[in-house]
Amino acid sequence: MIHFVLLISRQGKVRLTKWYSPYTQKERTKVIRELSGMILSRGPKLCNFLEWRGLKVVYKRYASLYFCMCVDTDDNELETLEIIHHFVEILDRYFGNVCELDLIFNFHKAYYILDEVLIAGELQETSKKSVARVIAAQDTLIEHAKEQSSSLSNIIAQATK
Amino acid sequence: MESWANVIMKKAFKHGSQNTIDQLKTIGRELSMGTQGNWLSSKEYLDLVKAIGEAKSKAEEESIVMAEIEHLKKRIMEPDVPRKKMKEYIIRLVYVEMLGHDASFGYIYAVKMTHDDNLLCKRSGYLATTLFLNEDHDLIILIVNTIQKDLKSDNYLVVCAALTAVCKLINEETIPAVLPQVVDLLGHPKEQVRKKAVMALHRFQQRSPSSMSHLLTKFRQILCDKDPSVMSAALCALFDLVSADVKGFKNLTASFVSILKQVAEHRLPRAYDYHRTPAPFIQIKLLKILALLGAGDKHASENMYSVLMDVIKRNEPGKGDPGSNITNAILYECICTITAIMANSKLLGLAAEITSRFLKSDSHNYKYMGIDALGRVIEINPDFAEEHQLSVIDCLEDQDDTLKRKTLDLLYKMTKSSNVEVIVDRMISYMRTLSDAHNKTEIATRIIELTERFAPSNQWFIQTMNQVFELAGDLVPVKVAHDLMRLLSKGAGEDDEEADSLLRSSAVESYLQLLAEPKLPSILLQVACWVLGEYGTVDGTHSADDIIGKLCDVAEAHPGDNVVKGYAITAITKICAFEIGAGREVELIPECRSFVDDLLASHSTDLQQRAYELQVFFGLGADLVRKVLPVNGSGEEIEFDRELPFLQEFVDSALANGARPYLDENERLGVDSGMSSFVSSSRSHHEPSHGLRFEAYETPTAAIPSGSAAAPSSLLPDFEESVTELTRSVRNQTDSSQVDLLGPEVARLRLDGVQRKWGRTSGSSQPSLAPTPASEQQRRDSGVSEGASSNKESSPAEPRHEIYSSSFEGKKVEREIPAEKQRLAASLFGGSSVQKGSSGGVKGGVKASKAAGNVRPGEKGVPPRPAAGSGKKKNWSAAEPKQASSSLMDLVDMSGDDSLPVHDAKASYDPFKELEGLLGVPSTAASSTSVGLGKSTMDFMSLYDSAPVVSQSASSLAGDSDVLSLSHRRSGGMDGANGVEGGLIDLNILPSLSPLAGLGELAQSSSSLSPSTGVSDKKGPSRQHSLQKDAASRQVGVTPTGANPALFQDLFG
Repeated sequence: MIHFVLLISRQGKVRLTKWYSPYTQKERTKVIRELSGMILSRGPKLCNFLEWRGLKVVYKRYASLYFCMCVDTDDNELETLEIIHHFVEILDRYFGNVCELDLIFNFHKAYYILDEVLIAGELQETSKKSVARVIAAQDTLIEHAKEQSSSLSNIIAQATK
Repeated sequence: MESWANVIMKKAFKHGSQNTIDQLKTIGRELSMGTQGNWLSSKEYLDLVKAIGEAKSKAEEESIVMAEIEHLKKRIMEPDVPRKKMKEYIIRLVYVEMLGHDASFGYIYAVKMTHDDNLLCKRSGYLATTLFLNEDHDLIILIVNTIQKDLKSDNYLVVCAALTAVCKLINEETIPAVLPQVVDLLGHPKEQVRKKAVMALHRFQQRSPSSMSHLLTKFRQILCDKDPSVMSAALCALFDLVSADVKGFKNLTASFVSILKQVAEHRLPRAYDYHRTPAPFIQIKLLKILALLGAGDKHASENMYSVLMDVIKRNEPGKGDPGSNITNAILYECICTITAIMANSKLLGLAAEITSRFLKSDSHNYKYMGIDALGRVIEINPDFAEEHQLSVIDCLEDQDDTLKRKTLDLLYKMTKSSNVEVIVDRMISYMRTLSDAHNKTEIATRIIELTERFAPSNQWFIQTMNQVFELAGDLVPVKVAHDLMRLLSKGAGEDDEEADSLLRSSAVESYLQLLAEPKLPSILLQVACWVLGEYGTVDGTHSADDIIGKLCDVAEAHPGDNVVKGYAITAITKICAFEIGAGREVELIPECRSFVDDLLASHSTDLQQRAYELQVFFGLGADLVRKVLPVNGSGEEIEFDRELPFLQEFVDSALANGARPYLDENERLGVDSGMSSFVSSSRSHHEPSHGLRFEAYETPTAAIPSGSAAAPSSLLPDFEESVTELTRSVRNQTDSSQVDLLGPEVARLRLDGVQRKWGRTSGSSQPSLAPTPASEQQRRDSGVSEGASSNKESSPAEPRHEIYSSSFEGKKVEREIPAEKQRLAASLFGGSSVQKGSSGGVKGGVKASKAAGNVRPGEKGVPPRPAAGSGKKKNWSAAEPKQASSSLMDLVDMSGDDSLPVHDAKASYDPFKELEGLLGVPSTAASSTSVGLGKSTMDFMSLYDSAPVVSQSASSLAGDSDVLSLSHRRSGGMDGANGVEGGLIDLNILPSLSPLAGLGELAQSSSSLSPSTGVSDKKGPSRQHSLQKDAASRQVGVTPTGANPALFQDLFG
């Protein structure tokens, strides 16, 4: 299973973290510091895997962002690499040519998407189309709900006047 | 407008980080204007993100975040925060927490937000709580109710949000609260909901298998869901279930195979394609499950052959094409499956082919996978490694740390006695580069394991161990140090005193050098102190004062380390005792004096006692001291007679006087547990079963006053009384017997504590041998015979020769760059094939045939003598059966025609049994002793006859209790503090073992039986030697002489 997902910028700044196994805040900080040090210092030609505290970390760099996933030792590294890519493709499709800033300013959306791709540390949906469909449905519903609620609150506001 | 801003932003961003920051400012502003309509993007939030993005240093970022936290704390607590604002605060909290700061003050607001009716707020609330809270957080209980409600919602998006939260937040205690609803959701019309429900159930299954046991069939049904995503979700859960209980799911094998077949044949909707590969993630899951189902099951495996072939064929790239990542991921998984199941040769061939392709690839990722795959393939077909030796060595020398480690893992798997030196050398040099404790511990453990299993010589073992201690220090378990000490005291074997003392002298030198270093781990200091104390002055190159001075320095440099101090003072005691024993005047040097004075006043009673003991020695005569602490006495056996036969008389008389008989511990426990279960059963009426309950409280029923409640209280004191009485009587027994035996000495000896009292009695039979005396005896003799035969050749030089040649080889490996790889390859892989004719192979072959020859005399009823050179006995290593058998496999392979006797040897060689035999309870009659050995003219079969006599004489030696207690103290070494004694128990060096009579004849017989002896003698000692010797001596021990029936049973029973 996937224990956590990290997105770190080239400068070592955290862009997104998702923990599927329990880690305390202190451990989280330590893990991020340790791993970003290890990953950022690795050359481009080296392999995308790290053995780390009895687990494996698979990472891949997209432009200025490193996507890292920590998996069990008996998991398939190449598959994990493709899960990362799968996630990136979905982000790309959603944001339309995704870049780091999209994730910085809309990190909550990235979380929603991640929740549709991975759940409880397992790959949940392997079809990009169906992820896109669910996210779109949520967005329209949220828009819809927002309109409703704003109109509702308008009505209430008017009524109470 | 927004999209325009985005475009600029991206452009700026891709431009480079420095320019970006300036442009970010303007863009951010534009963005904030442009996205006014967006529900989240308030100016404040954008400013925060921007400020953090522009922060030049970690400290600056920190201060911004701290300010933000303060700000949020104030704002969030205000009454009547509008919903929209609150939502933004929560998102900002998530941001703060993501950056590694504590936002726990806001958790409760996130939880509150999940109660909101507005879907938008609810989702934000769920998102924040899943990110904030771990499953064991106190606030979880507040959210359960909301989740229950939301799971019933009509809106499937609400249900999805709740299910996502369920996966993260529901813990073992709260599972029952939501389980029924989640199960109901398996029938939901929307596939998204079904899928998430399955995942939630999977999570429950991981958390608490017991609460899910009634739902196992559900998972099978879900497998037939018409939606592929739901089916694939079920695979996750089934994988876990199958790995927990393979048998229960065998009947699903056909279903999995047919699903995999359909997926591979592209029957799933196109939406599940990933880079034109049909649903690869599902394929990989299925392959994993098949690997579990096919393991060790011929029938199930056969069902998989065709589908595996199919999958490989479909994913195999064309010639010269490296293939895409995802097809290779599937292929790698196929290798895993093939090597796990009972595959046919065709599949194995395919797996080997793919592995080769991975290894030859330029991509480091594929090389890594290739190394891993190779590790799997060679477990089935060891010869396969040879083909790829050069690729493996390339990986080993690669600058990529991950790849290097993976390769070391592989080497670890394929280590044998022929290549252990090279591999361990590699591991140690790799360990030098490591800094973190986790990796270091792991690799140190591996080195130790390999060294113990395969060490070619004792010298090498000691050197390697010292390096490990030095590098990994306190990460090494203490037992390893004890093994090392044991080895030193035991020496190279039984015959070669000269080699032993050489070994010891070199150990003394190396430790004296090491002690010059400023910082050493405690464990290495302990070993060093012990060695210096035991052997520091033995060879005469160092004066007692020198060594004592060094020891004092060590103790002084580590004032806080009582263990090291204890080792140091014991070592000083030993050296003084040796001096006194040799009749020389001992005047303690001033610093030692002050050290001893310090210890006399130490808070640690252990150190104090050691210091007092040292003082006692100065008052004793030389003769007495010599007996108490003989030079090189640490190898002697200390025997524990747990039956305490000398107490029998006392016990009998006590029983006759009406004392209660001794109850076995189990019997006592039996009484105890019976009672406790009784108590608990009577109590269980009142105690509610633990765990949270989520249904409403039932109407209380009147508690039935249990009539039996009084019973335990009346039972208990009775029982206690009997126990105390029992222990009192036992104590009395031991005490009075102590008095009986010790007489006036007892007051002083009390110091030693009860443990030592047991020990002393066994010490009284000091000269008696190990519980498997017959075999031990014979082994010893055989060793001597070896010594006798090989001394004629070149025995003393042999160990050195071996070391020299190995170090020479090592140097060569380092020096020649182009040929280096070849050589390394040969040294790593050479042993794996006979045809290669590598030196290891030849050596092994010669020895093997010799072994075969040697075993043969056993048929004549005469215990055979292996005519090996000065090969080492290996009982110091915790040899494992695997090792034994693998090495023996080599033997069998190589000795061809003589295979039958070798088989015998193999069957009878079992290191564990051997150890057991050495440590076990002594068998009664057969306790032949060193006294027996002293009568060297005796034919040694007749030793059995004389054994009873001898043991009697041994026990009659037990007179001088003072001497014995002290001798026990010495040979026990640090037992009080460290339990070395356990490790030393099976040492059985007989200090002055003279060649026994009658050996010449036997040596002759053995050499005549094994014409190749001369050749092998020149080859020097090796693993095969020792193995073979052990095998032979096993054989001897097994000869049913009647004197050792227990051993016979051990081996064949």
